[in-house]
Amino acid sequence: MTVKQTATAGTTESSDIMITLKPNDSGIEVELDSNVKKQFGDHINALIKDILQKLSIDNVKVEAVDKGALDCTIKARTIAAAYRLRGESDYEWEAINSWND
Amino acid sequence: MSVNQVKREIPDKYAKQYGVYAGEFTNVKPYEAVKRPIKPITPHDSKMVDSIHDAIVKTGLKDGMTISFHHHFREGDYVMNMVLDEIAKMGIKNISIAPSSIANVHAPLIDHIKNGVVTNITSSGLRDKVGAAISEGIMDNPVVIRSHGGRARAIARGDIHIDVAFIGAPSSDEYGNINGTKGNATCGSLGYAMIDAKYADQVVAVTDTLVPYPNTPISIPQTDVDYVVKVDAIGDPSGIAKGATRFTKNPKELLIAEYAAKVITESSYFKNGFSFQTGSGGAALAVSRFLRKAMIDEDVKASFALGGITNAMVELQKEGLVDKLIDVQDFDHPSAVSMAENPDHYEIDAESYASPLSKGSFINQLDVAILSALEVDTNFNVNVITGSDGVLRGASGGHSDTSAACKMSIVVAPIVRGRIPTIVDDVQTVVTPGESVDVVVTELGVAINPNRPDLIEMFKDMKVPQFTIEELKEKAYAITGTPAKIHYGDKVVALIEYRDGSLIDVVKNV
Repeated sequence: MTVKQTATAGTTESSDIMITLKPNDSGIEVELDSNVKKQFGDHINALIKDILQKLSIDNVKVEAVDKGALDCTIKARTIAAAYRLRGESDYEWEAINSWND
Repeated sequence: MSVNQVKREIPDKYAKQYGVYAGEFTNVKPYEAVKRPIKPITPHDSKMVDSIHDAIVKTGLKDGMTISFHHHFREGDYVMNMVLDEIAKMGIKNISIAPSSIANVHAPLIDHIKNGVVTNITSSGLRDKVGAAISEGIMDNPVVIRSHGGRARAIARGDIHIDVAFIGAPSSDEYGNINGTKGNATCGSLGYAMIDAKYADQVVAVTDTLVPYPNTPISIPQTDVDYVVKVDAIGDPSGIAKGATRFTKNPKELLIAEYAAKVITESSYFKNGFSFQTGSGGAALAVSRFLRKAMIDEDVKASFALGGITNAMVELQKEGLVDKLIDVQDFDHPSAVSMAENPDHYEIDAESYASPLSKGSFINQLDVAILSALEVDTNFNVNVITGSDGVLRGASGGHSDTSAACKMSIVVAPIVRGRIPTIVDDVQTVVTPGESVDVVVTELGVAINPNRPDLIEMFKDMKVPQFTIEELKEKAYAITGTPAKIHYGDKVVALIEYRDGSLIDVVKNV
């Protein structure tokens, strides 16, 4: 799916992440601002891309402002932003749960 | 490249100059204390000078000399900025500074470094902006990080030769009798400054409160002071206690404190006449609250509490639970007031507090110390100087001194801070070697150092969850993930001295 509008989820509180999804011409582009970028930046980038791909969002610009969120928070905020982007609220819990190994 | 006993690589140049860490007491050997020149004062001489400028002129301060400051005003200090600004204005360059520590308030130091006014630094700590700038590599020469005991040793042995000590004096008379309990910016103990006064070639007292002669009590005597300057203000009293010592309500910190208190009260050290020291972090401070209850319940009284003194300790003394407070520094105003009023709240200097080369320091008599940490690794090594991103931001303080000397050292830390694991494979920087650390306490439980089988036996029935340090690390990584390695540059920006003067680690630019 290609993105036409903007959607946001999360806050800039400590241990949270604010994910903003914006239109992008080609591919998933993540712009990460994080206080743990040196230790976890690559991991967070990959995690966000992975979630978006699983939700079939292929062309999107992601602005992520991270305040040390754990993976579970990053996943939740990314999924919420993606659903808001599509204007959907019928969450596919089973599909989402199946991503957890 | 040399590798020291905690497996840290020390570049040859520095290894040769300082030696490398080879064990807690390996380098404790007889030595000769430094001599200092004295300019005697005859009966009609005055020590008063009109300004910082005139004091600098009188002392003959010139390019390449070393000056010192104390950090008892903590975030409220005006003196170091004031003196360095004047030195810069006078065109003096290439100055070495040896403050007992550096705070956020000293950010103007960055410009003095860039302009070549300050070219060498030794300090216990480096905070946010100054730490970040030094980690970026703005200095040619690495900063030498010394513990409070290590600094006292370095001054007494002449590793730091102080040409002029500028001592912020909460009150002084015209002849240089100084204390920290009277005046506008009362900081209480002047423990770190007392060493500078005793060993520096020349001493300038900088005060905003000139009192009639003779000023008592005398913390720093007239016989150690060359000049006295009156200025408008030496410090901001509210900055002295900034960020230090409110009682935490954080349930995680309270649980850590509860576990730490249990480690103390279930140890054989917990009996009448025991002694303890607590750091100023949230959990470390809260330990005294749980300790208080156990002391009342079991009718156990302490002979002394040591260290940075906080109001929590003052209250224990007022309740009769602690006989004496031994005070090298105060973290809040009530502690400073107590030292002024109570003869059993006693001021000591940094050398008698913690120097490894004194004829016996107070920490050698200490039973239990509770200390904070930024990181602890699976060898029990502790980092209190760099963040997990490798940037200089903390302080060595008395951590390595107290840990080495006391009978049981307890490091308290949350298992993770946000996404940052506290228990790690390898700390970014070793300040305190693992052999000095006996028990690590987290909110999940404790890990006892295997080199203390006596403690493992002592605590085998303790009702606090116990893990190996590797298990604690695994629990931390399970929450945060495994952090990527930090990529440092090639430039050494800080040398981490062990308290004996050898190098326990170096920090590179990042």
